[in-house]
Amino acid sequence: MGESKSDILQGTLDLMVLKTLDAMGPMHGYGIARRIEQLSEEALVVNQGTIYLCLVRLVQKGWIKAEWGTSENNRKAKFYSISKAGRKQLIAETVNWERISGVIGRLLQC
Amino acid sequence: MLTRTRQAIARVRAFFRRADMDRDLQAELESHIAMRTEDAMRRGVPREQAERQARLELGGLTQIREAHQEVRGLPFLDALFQDLRYTFRTLRRDAGFTTFAILVVGLGIGASSTIFSVVNALLVRPLPFHDPGRLVWIANDGKENDLSGLTVPVGPFLDLRDNSRSYSDVAAYYAFYEEGDKKLTGYGEPERLSGVPVSQNLFPLLGVQPQLGRLFTAEECQGNQPVVLLSAGLWKRRFASDPGIVGRKLTMNDSAVTVIGVMPSSFDFGSVFAPGSRIDLFLPLPLTPEIDRRGNTLSMVGRLKPGVTIQQAQAEASVLSEPIRLRHTRDELRFTVGALGEHVRGRMRPALFVLACAVGVVMLIVCANLSNLQLARTATRQKEMAIRVALGAGRGRLIRQMLTESVVLACSAAMLGLILAVAGTRVLARLDAISLPLRESVHIDLGALGFTLLIAIVTGLVFGLVPALQVPTTAVHDALKDASRGSSEGRRHNWIRGALVVSEIAFACVLLVGAGLLIRSFLRVLDVNLGFRPERAAALRIDPSSQYSTQAKRNAYYDEALRLVKSVPGIEAAGLTDVLPLGHNRSWGAGAKDQSYSIEHPPPDVFVRIVSDGYLKAMGIPLRAGRDLTERDNASNKPVILINETLARALWHGRDPIGRTVTYVDKDREVVGVVGDVRHLALEQGSGYEMYLPIRQTDDYSSVDLVVRTTQPLSGLAPAVRAVLKPIEPNLGANEFRTLQQIVDKAVSPRRFVVLLLGGFSAFALILASLGIYGVVSYSVNQRTQEIGIRMALGASAADVQAAILLQTLWLTAMGMATGVVAAWILTRALSGLLFGVSSTDPVTFLGMLVTLTAVAVAAGYIPARRASRIDPIVALRAN
Repeated sequence: MGESKSDILQGTLDLMVLKTLDAMGPMHGYGIARRIEQLSEEALVVNQGTIYLCLVRLVQKGWIKAEWGTSENNRKAKFYSISKAGRKQLIAETVNWERISGVIGRLLQC
Repeated sequence: MLTRTRQAIARVRAFFRRADMDRDLQAELESHIAMRTEDAMRRGVPREQAERQARLELGGLTQIREAHQEVRGLPFLDALFQDLRYTFRTLRRDAGFTTFAILVVGLGIGASSTIFSVVNALLVRPLPFHDPGRLVWIANDGKENDLSGLTVPVGPFLDLRDNSRSYSDVAAYYAFYEEGDKKLTGYGEPERLSGVPVSQNLFPLLGVQPQLGRLFTAEECQGNQPVVLLSAGLWKRRFASDPGIVGRKLTMNDSAVTVIGVMPSSFDFGSVFAPGSRIDLFLPLPLTPEIDRRGNTLSMVGRLKPGVTIQQAQAEASVLSEPIRLRHTRDELRFTVGALGEHVRGRMRPALFVLACAVGVVMLIVCANLSNLQLARTATRQKEMAIRVALGAGRGRLIRQMLTESVVLACSAAMLGLILAVAGTRVLARLDAISLPLRESVHIDLGALGFTLLIAIVTGLVFGLVPALQVPTTAVHDALKDASRGSSEGRRHNWIRGALVVSEIAFACVLLVGAGLLIRSFLRVLDVNLGFRPERAAALRIDPSSQYSTQAKRNAYYDEALRLVKSVPGIEAAGLTDVLPLGHNRSWGAGAKDQSYSIEHPPPDVFVRIVSDGYLKAMGIPLRAGRDLTERDNASNKPVILINETLARALWHGRDPIGRTVTYVDKDREVVGVVGDVRHLALEQGSGYEMYLPIRQTDDYSSVDLVVRTTQPLSGLAPAVRAVLKPIEPNLGANEFRTLQQIVDKAVSPRRFVVLLLGGFSAFALILASLGIYGVVSYSVNQRTQEIGIRMALGASAADVQAAILLQTLWLTAMGMATGVVAAWILTRALSGLLFGVSSTDPVTFLGMLVTLTAVAVAAGYIPARRASRIDPIVALRAN
């Protein structure tokens, strides 16, 4: 039941969420979803519900923090921000990602 | 690693804060939808459509919540709790089944936990001493039950202690203490107490410290100092745990003794060294030449030095035996060394092993029975299962659900079992009539709790497994159809159910044969010719007090006592003895004067009883030749003796023994009578050589029991005898009257204990097996209602139908019995050590078992058969 798809996505989605929060500062779940949607230019269709699964997992790992606040439209929303450990993880993951994509890119070129 | 830990903690917290987290998520999702809707509306989409779009993009709220729970919490526990909730609901709905299952499994688990506690206390748990693994029992190499043959004199004990290098210390106690030796007077009701004289180092060697006061000093153990240590039991019972007891003077056997301490309640001398007896006091044992002259009197306990094995100690003891024997000019002295634990509990091992196996078999029957019931339930729940499968439940999930159900059942049953086990062990620990070593320490401890939990889970898994595997696989369609038709629910099911019942019957067979053999042995033991007649006879301790200081005074006391007792109405005969049957035994080397003996051909060891005239009659011991003792067999007349038939045959080989002379310890006595053999050692053991010396001609005894035989009921005897003896013995205690039957009962109590338990187990097994048969046959009748209806419509008579069903029952039973008989034939060999007078393949027992089981099976099959024969074909055919 779509499990395999989200499994493949999981690590990638984590990285995207961390990067988004690192670049944009504190955001709510909808904002993150919208941002990823915009950046991927609809190429990556993310079931928006899975964002929240990803968020709770990252909170539990201690990489991001969550806090209730008010949105730009004066609406109550939960805001997420990246933590120190999250930044460290982001750097490690980015390095890792670049290495792998480099390898795969080279592999696909020849 | 840190991340992992943090995540694990967060998951556990999330699991417990489920409601909070769900509410949080709900709010977050709602604000998500609201923001999305607003965004869309800003682009000109109408509100309703925007909101619908937002919800679609987000996905199902319930699904998200469930996925969220799974990601953040403990999905395994979630499923478990879900299963548990479901289980409790199902079980409540099926109250009849639940009650029955809890009852059956509870009884089984109760029995198992009780036996486990008994085995644990009697065989597994270390003796309640310091470092018990290094304690050894050192005995003389003699016959079992002959205390004289198993003990050693003071001299050899001291030599062994001083010359051996294997032990860090060797201690001893005086084995010929008599129960009720010490009479406490001047403190409430007079009472006879049992005291054991112990060497000064015994308690330090065992590692036992007094809870109050101190142990004996070396000085106190040199002479016969009037000091005493109390057991915790006596202190509590008699002195209300008075903390000021140390230093108090008590009157014991008419002289003052000082209490110097109280032993801890964890130290129960009787339960370790003298099963079935209660030891109240400890006295100093002086290792003097005077005690040495009494001959073999000491039992020894040693503590091995670290690193020394029992084999090494035995080897050394064997080497030391001969020089020590020669130095003390003893006939027989051979030290044997064994683990103290083995000495205390070795004899119980076979019986307990059998009981443990029996209870295991009972549990297997319980499991088979429950499996069968569960199978029947699964059959009726096929539809429910199929629907759940159709709704997307995986097969593994359903199997897990079924197993959860059976484990929950078993665990609920375990609570009932635990209550039963606590009650059972408590009763057992308090049943003083059973003489089992360490019995007092039987209780439910942490180990037993763990065992109960374990056995509950294992039982649940075992009896739940077969039914759980019947959960429909992929053929949902078939299952739904099958169940709805209620017909061909499957040959496979019937086959499994039949096999379960057959195995139940086979197990019950084995148990019944085992119990039957033991019951027959028990009856044989009770049937044994004791050599005396215990019915309508009783004994009472009447040791002469210290004021009767000479033999003449004592004889006058005996004359008076016998005369007074005979005046009680109903008393047929009265006599005195120093030792009652089935108690302590001592033996002396005694031979015929007209034969020569040497070290190589020693005179036989003869059991000694010091008795008065009238004793034979009071006991019911038959006189075979010559005359009984009389009042005139006293110190001023010629020394005489009575011997038993076995001794007469051994000494004079069939020639008339009357008038010949027996010699023992340089004394000569003329044989005036020959009496029948008495089983003095144990009911299962022959009598050996026995001789009876007149109490008026010797001082060599330490206690006196008055034995009376009456024509009246025994119940009224005690007060009458006490009243009549008041003038010469005002201090008779209330608890001193023992009927001979009580003495016999106590001797057979370990056997009775095993027989009762095994009998109970096999009765339980029989009931379960019959329920199993009933269940299966009755189920198959239900299943075949239509078929039977058709048969009857086609002309089969009620008798035909009944016969067919009874035949099915008998067929199951026959298969079970065939398996069971073969198994029993092989397994009962393990019982042979416990049997008496029957062989392990006793045909009567096997036949009896077959008859019993067949009868029970027919009865169990008859009820459904009758129901089948009453089926109304029209109703049956219309039913579905």
